[in-house]
Amino acid sequence: MRLCLTLLLLALVLCCTSAQAIDPLPFKDRTEELRFQLLTKQLRCPLCQNESLADSQAGVAKDLRQKVFAMMQAGQSDEQIKTFLTDRYSNFVLYDPPLQGGTLLLWFGPLAALVAGGFALLLIVRRRARQTVVSSTTAPEEDW
Amino acid sequence: MGRLLPLFGFLALFALLGFGIWWNLDHETNEIPSPLIGRHAPEFTLPLLDNAQKSISEQSLRGQPYLLNVFASWCVACEEEHPVLTKYAPQLGVKLIGYNYKDQPDDAKRWLARFGNPYAITIADLPGSVAIDFGVYAAPESFLVDANGVIRYKRIGPFTAQIIEKELKPMIAKLSSGATP
Repeated sequence: MRLCLTLLLLALVLCCTSAQAIDPLPFKDRTEELRFQLLTKQLRCPLCQNESLADSQAGVAKDLRQKVFAMMQAGQSDEQIKTFLTDRYSNFVLYDPPLQGGTLLLWFGPLAALVAGGFALLLIVRRRARQTVVSSTTAPEEDW
Repeated sequence: MGRLLPLFGFLALFALLGFGIWWNLDHETNEIPSPLIGRHAPEFTLPLLDNAQKSISEQSLRGQPYLLNVFASWCVACEEEHPVLTKYAPQLGVKLIGYNYKDQPDDAKRWLARFGNPYAITIADLPGSVAIDFGVYAAPESFLVDANGVIRYKRIGPFTAQIIEKELKPMIAKLSSGATP
């Protein structure tokens, strides 16, 4: 029974790994396949923007995967392929957009929010601390 | 004052969400700004939809401005856009060219027979490979190309009467006023 279950699990795992590639492409070896998967995971599908090129079922994503594959076959580097795509679809296709004027907010927005939040927290804590000192001498009229 | 702070916080959040709703009313949420605006339309040679033996190149279209409209029979939003385009096509003052995207020619012909054909010429890109050079990722999309072959405006999503009046017509007017890039 236990063996059965193990085998079943193993089969499932194997199934899943082999089903990773959505459309089978004739890779010449495993290294090329891994490079393709790594590259398409870093690229965003322009149509369904919360999916990577590797995962998306959209028609355009399929075409772009074919294009990326063809460019790899033609000996183009990852950088050349990315440039090809950004020339046509802008930086939106990159999950890791370059640091430039238009992406400053994207890069430093979270940090700015964190700093602002921390500052606000500090102010509130300080004020509360002062209030507790005062209210410990006079009875608090309301508690909320 | 301190007690009103949460109210202000709430109002700020409310304003932000309200702005989001207002913004999305006339912006496509998945719209990608095209890097091709202000650049030459990509080179292509594509067959005509109604005569696959004959083809048209980007070069041969130069000399007068045109509006390239990407459509397909499988595209639901195109059906919505089609009557608007058909109505406005004669009054735009630019040639309207159909770009049949990833579509079976027979389906496309049937679709045009059913909904009417406003296009001066229709080219067919069955594999969708030239469309990648145009940065097309959905249909409908439209490109306004000037007489020199430079892309001046792109619309992602269907044209509505309002967008034609507010965006497309002023862009076309700018083309004919002789503003060369």
